[in-house]
Amino acid sequence: MGGYAAYIWPSYGFTALVLVALLISAWRTMRVRESEVERLRGLGADPRRRDGTSKDAV
Amino acid sequence: MHRFANPTRFLRLANAVLPWLGGLTAILFGVGLYQALVISPADYQQGETVRIMYVHVPAAWAALAGYASLAIASFTFLVWRHPLADLAARAASPIGAGFTAIALVTGALWGQPMWGTWWVWDARLTSVLILFFLYLGHMALVNAFDDSDRGGRAGAVLALVGVVNLPIIKFSVDWWNTLHQPASVLRMGGPKIAGEMMTPLMMMAGAYFALFGVLMILRIRSLLAARRLRQLRLAVQEI
Repeated sequence: MGGYAAYIWPSYGFTALVLVALLISAWRTMRVRESEVERLRGLGADPRRRDGTSKDAV
Repeated sequence: MHRFANPTRFLRLANAVLPWLGGLTAILFGVGLYQALVISPADYQQGETVRIMYVHVPAAWAALAGYASLAIASFTFLVWRHPLADLAARAASPIGAGFTAIALVTGALWGQPMWGTWWVWDARLTSVLILFFLYLGHMALVNAFDDSDRGGRAGAVLALVGVVNLPIIKFSVDWWNTLHQPASVLRMGGPKIAGEMMTPLMMMAGAYFALFGVLMILRIRSLLAARRLRQLRLAVQEI
């Protein structure tokens, strides 16, 4: 890297760190919330399904 | 516009697009990184440090485009009161902050070997730092109210006021003296950059923008689920 490795690799490393962190946090937050929605709907909390049934019930 | 204000329709479209956009992101990053690190020649003046350009410049572009989308979403929310526009604005600011952080840090890592300094308080660098703070301010403000709608409106006003910063960033290198080089791609008279450097730059830019789309979909889905959770928790309390 022509003597500049100490600047080039940290640039790529920091970029990867930020982008992967954004992706993982967005994905995990979405999964946690969506599964909590499914759980509550299974409890019959969904006003649109007052009978308490859920097609997604485990 | 109205068609996408419906969350169900938005989700159907977004979920159909998501796998393709995810695949495209992976391919563009793979090809882009290979070209940036292996194929691209060293610059005749800047040597190997030009490789920093391939992560730095697209991050700055994405940071600016991200702010423009934040502003458009905010405007749409304020004027037409589309709830989905509020969610899009909330989804955009942390992503934009991430891209801005990349532009600032890789810029410092490029500045030290080429300019002899990590940082200088000139117009370009300072206005991008302000962009970073605008993003952080928006993230804090939209969550600062118990009433989510008030938070959304306050954040939207902040986002629109901050739009004045975009042309300042873009033209700072022409209006003021700076260490930062002027635009070489988005300039009057066409790009002024060698083809073998243009290709990896465009690949990486495509990868950043595709990833931006993926992150927006994931975060909007997340915010929709959060809104649904609030309704469901209220309903559970009633039972």
